[in-house]
Amino acid sequence: MTAAVAVIGEGRPRQARGVVLDRAFEWLCFGAASLLLTALAGVVISLTIGGWPALAKFGPAFFFSAEWDPVAEVYGAAGAVTGTLVTSALALLFALPLALGVAIFLVELCPARLRRTIGTAVELLAGIPSIVYGMWGLFVFAPWFVKHIQLPIMMSVEPGSIWERLTAGVPNGAGILTASLILAIMILPFMAATLRELLLTVPSQVRESAYGLGSTTFEVVGKVSLPYIRTGAVGAVMLGLGRALGETMAVTFIIGNAHGLPTSIFASGSTIASTIANEFAEASGVLHTGSLMALGLVLFIITFIVLALARLLIGKQVHG
Amino acid sequence: MIRRTFLGLAATLALAACGGGDKPDAPASGAQISGAGATFPAPLYAKWAELQQAETGLQLNYQPIGSGGGIKQIKARTVAFGASDKPLKPEELGADGLAQFPAVIGGVVPIVNLPGIAPGGIRLDASALADIYLGKITRWNAPALTALNPGVALPNLPITVVHRSDGSGTTFLFTSYLTAAAPQWAQVGANDAVAWPVGQGGKGNDGVAAYVKQTPGAVGYVEYAFAKQNGMAHALLKNAAGQFVAPTAPAFAAAAAGADWSQAPGFYLLLLNQPGAEAWPITGATFILMHKTQANAATGKAVLGFFDWAFNKGDPAADDLAYVPLPADLKARVRASWAEIVGPDGKAVAGPAS
Repeated sequence: MTAAVAVIGEGRPRQARGVVLDRAFEWLCFGAASLLLTALAGVVISLTIGGWPALAKFGPAFFFSAEWDPVAEVYGAAGAVTGTLVTSALALLFALPLALGVAIFLVELCPARLRRTIGTAVELLAGIPSIVYGMWGLFVFAPWFVKHIQLPIMMSVEPGSIWERLTAGVPNGAGILTASLILAIMILPFMAATLRELLLTVPSQVRESAYGLGSTTFEVVGKVSLPYIRTGAVGAVMLGLGRALGETMAVTFIIGNAHGLPTSIFASGSTIASTIANEFAEASGVLHTGSLMALGLVLFIITFIVLALARLLIGKQVHG
Repeated sequence: MIRRTFLGLAATLALAACGGGDKPDAPASGAQISGAGATFPAPLYAKWAELQQAETGLQLNYQPIGSGGGIKQIKARTVAFGASDKPLKPEELGADGLAQFPAVIGGVVPIVNLPGIAPGGIRLDASALADIYLGKITRWNAPALTALNPGVALPNLPITVVHRSDGSGTTFLFTSYLTAAAPQWAQVGANDAVAWPVGQGGKGNDGVAAYVKQTPGAVGYVEYAFAKQNGMAHALLKNAAGQFVAPTAPAFAAAAAGADWSQAPGFYLLLLNQPGAEAWPITGATFILMHKTQANAATGKAVLGFFDWAFNKGDPAADDLAYVPLPADLKARVRASWAEIVGPDGKAVAGPAS
């Protein structure tokens, strides 16, 4: 009894210090988390305040009008929003199968010797600055694209058909499709690296069991590995989409920067990020600046919806 | 060396400015001034600053954040001077108590990509250029263009219109020129970004140049300095005197020389379509903005000292970088205008040094 008390008594100083440190640690973590929330709220509030002149002036028409006329001071977000959604969706369409292919090759098929090299190369690709992709896209990729893809397609479509309208455009490689392809290349390494990490988390017992039961590689990947990682995979895809939505410089260089709704895959368009990058530095009027801020708010909302959808999908899969 | 420079400087100022004579000789060696604004003159300001720092120790911190940003910064008094490719109207200057003066001449050059036609081989006028940018003329062998180019075999190519996608003083000058010289352009108007009826937008001069180079049949417009340094294939333009001129430094200088600055309060003048057989029609100056009442006289004096040095000794550097220096009489006029920039005591900061 006395011995026990003595032990507690002896232990107290150390325990007290532990409690203090623990408290401090809790507060530090809480502070970090709430700082993030504060910053987020700050961004939303300042975007709303900044964009308010435009939102108040144009009302809901701001979201549905594709007119963008800095001289007459009439602004609408529809063109930029459409450009953003179309390029991001196309980029995801191109990048996802490739990213899956890279990841599966690295985990299941690649000789161990090459695995590290290719894995590192993929991760390095993710570190290339966006402006480099833009320059490369404009000076290297666009001319190649015109010669080998755009012109053959434009010349092979039947005159007067719907295809002609969908492939109309200036034959210099600047447009929606090129921007989507550049975006796909940009989000590919990120998605491939994440998917590879996810595939590596599949327990080897599970995979080996499947192989032991006589499954082919295709069956193991399709029926064991992919279902195992699908939750994380959705997250990876959504993060890729998030990057595509907000990508600025590379798109600005290659999309052709025409306001209004794009009418074909080779037509020039604009995205929210490219419009802001193009015009913010020189925008002087309250309405012009306000409209660009409001565009930023729209992008924020779109990104929020994408993340919310991702959460929803992940939640469903976990329970289902 | 420093001493000699400032004696020269002081003499020039004494000629041009009026005001009290009790200022110290020179801004302290190693004085620092800050400026922000237009990107177009940034390489020249950097060069001037480098040359001048070696000579006088004056340090310039210039941030090329764009003309719009420069105007915002000077209004907020976060910098000693703002720089803008787009002059502020006298009313706007008055409202914020700002003074404005031109620093260097620049201009806009239409560039083309026409297979089989040498640089300068095609002639355009304001009306044709406006119709092209409105999408009314869509082929190079259209009657309006062949009429301007007798004896030139213009190709049967569709015209691809290229413009700047980013807000830019270049676009402001170009659209102001079309507004001034071609009545049909009124439907679009002039600004540093406009609602282009047709065409593709390239980011920056290099973006426009890349689109034009990569597209046979394209027409675009870039800064003169950029066109010269990159050897772009330019078009000849018809000026107010009815002459077709090439974009050369003398043509820009001629436009600046022919302008009547005496009728332009706050130097609000765009140099578009200036008289003179040699004058290039799309010429403009890039401007410096300062508060008329300087909170710190030494800073104001240092800024004016910087530009005074540039006007005295900066012309070769400007020529090297393909900018066009101000004509001598305009420099004198600008120096005279500095008298209205005063310190907190109401005395001209640039006043005769001794």
